[in-house]
Amino acid sequence: MLKNRIIPCLDVKNGRVVKGINFVDLKDAGDPVEQAKIYSNGGADEICFLDITASNENRDTIYEVVDKTSKKCFVPLTVGGGVRSVEDINKLLNCGADKVSINTAAVQNVKVVEDSSRKFGSQCIVVAIDAKRNNDGWEIFTHGGRNPTGINALEFASKMEKCGAGELLVTSMDKDGTQSGYDIELMQKISSRVNIPVIASGGVGTLDHLVEGIKSGASAVLAASIFHYGTYSINEAKQYLASKDIPVRI
Amino acid sequence: MNVTIVDYNSGNISSVINSFKEAAKDKVSIEVTSDLNKIRTSDKVVLPGQGSFKSCVEALNSINGLVDTLNEFAITNKKPLLGICVGLQMFADIGYEETETKGLGWISGKVYKIDSQNGKFKLPHIGWNELNIIKESKIFKGIKNNSHMYFVHSYELIPEDRSVVSATTEYSSNIVCSIEKENIFGTQFHPEKSDKIGLKIIDNFINL
Repeated sequence: MLKNRIIPCLDVKNGRVVKGINFVDLKDAGDPVEQAKIYSNGGADEICFLDITASNENRDTIYEVVDKTSKKCFVPLTVGGGVRSVEDINKLLNCGADKVSINTAAVQNVKVVEDSSRKFGSQCIVVAIDAKRNNDGWEIFTHGGRNPTGINALEFASKMEKCGAGELLVTSMDKDGTQSGYDIELMQKISSRVNIPVIASGGVGTLDHLVEGIKSGASAVLAASIFHYGTYSINEAKQYLASKDIPVRI
Repeated sequence: MNVTIVDYNSGNISSVINSFKEAAKDKVSIEVTSDLNKIRTSDKVVLPGQGSFKSCVEALNSINGLVDTLNEFAITNKKPLLGICVGLQMFADIGYEETETKGLGWISGKVYKIDSQNGKFKLPHIGWNELNIIKESKIFKGIKNNSHMYFVHSYELIPEDRSVVSATTEYSSNIVCSIEKENIFGTQFHPEKSDKIGLKIIDNFINL
């Protein structure tokens, strides 16, 4: 039986791990390679690096981080943040990333998703959707949550599936950093709409939130703070999910 | 001893390289090449594969003489070869991803899309799933039954002769996840991404 995945996410800035609250107010906390190694030894099903300020700054540091990490971690590594082109994706894959997540570029130019999934395979193309509630559903934001687009998140999710995305990483902008749980309705709506796996993200504060995320139909749950600040270990999270009859790899 | 990872532009092989180097620990030389002579004189060959069946077969065919060299290595000389993911699928006669494409024909069978049962099973099949070992395989030495392996695929190999299947995994049906036929080995899962257990499988292949 396929297990539900727990994915710790490390927000990386200038080669260092940070974790933002609502995408601002950053705290420095550690070396990404060491962090990733701790997570993979602790049973993380995948590791996710998000280069959060990559859109605006020199991002060569991320390549070095990915290169070093991939030589020490033998679980899948997803890297996102500031990915603009097929060439960026190629470079990250060559450094040792297994999947690349695309956010702003997927909205601005769907060809990046189409061309990269054709060239490298859907299995390594994750489309990251940052969604915020509005009057008639959810709207997509780009540039790390800064820019509204007017695009409906549910329609966009279906479009990305058609364009060749292998997975969708869905983050609720309203919930991110609040530790009050995923936006369950958003996860349910997107998971039931697409036939590709959905990774729920944004808002985890307790282990019950992870349970709710999986029950919403997501194939995987992503969390940063609860693991990063040591509130819970990956193993504690998995034991808890297992105790709630959710299949996990232990 | 040397092990050659065939570099034929089949997508991202850096994880395969990293994991083999980790398992080999400087005792065994790991070459990454498309040089036919190096492949020919190698002790063991690894055939990775990502992307579609069609794109991998086309990439193999675009290197002049590569398919012949692999045939000579694995079929004539019967030296150990490990196919990973689409690398395994290409052992089949035919694949149906994108369009009907001829494979290497080493294992009689065809590669079909996994039955999603009307969306009940999401595709790709991504994540950790259990290995059901149904036949002893040299690459499973020291591997416990029901160990978890990392999968990423939407297509499955259906061989005519089930006796080549060494393990299956359950997703929609019992999917073939590992093959052993004499000197030919293949895994549908990614040992290079399956943590310590995956490294053990790689180590087993290196030490055959």
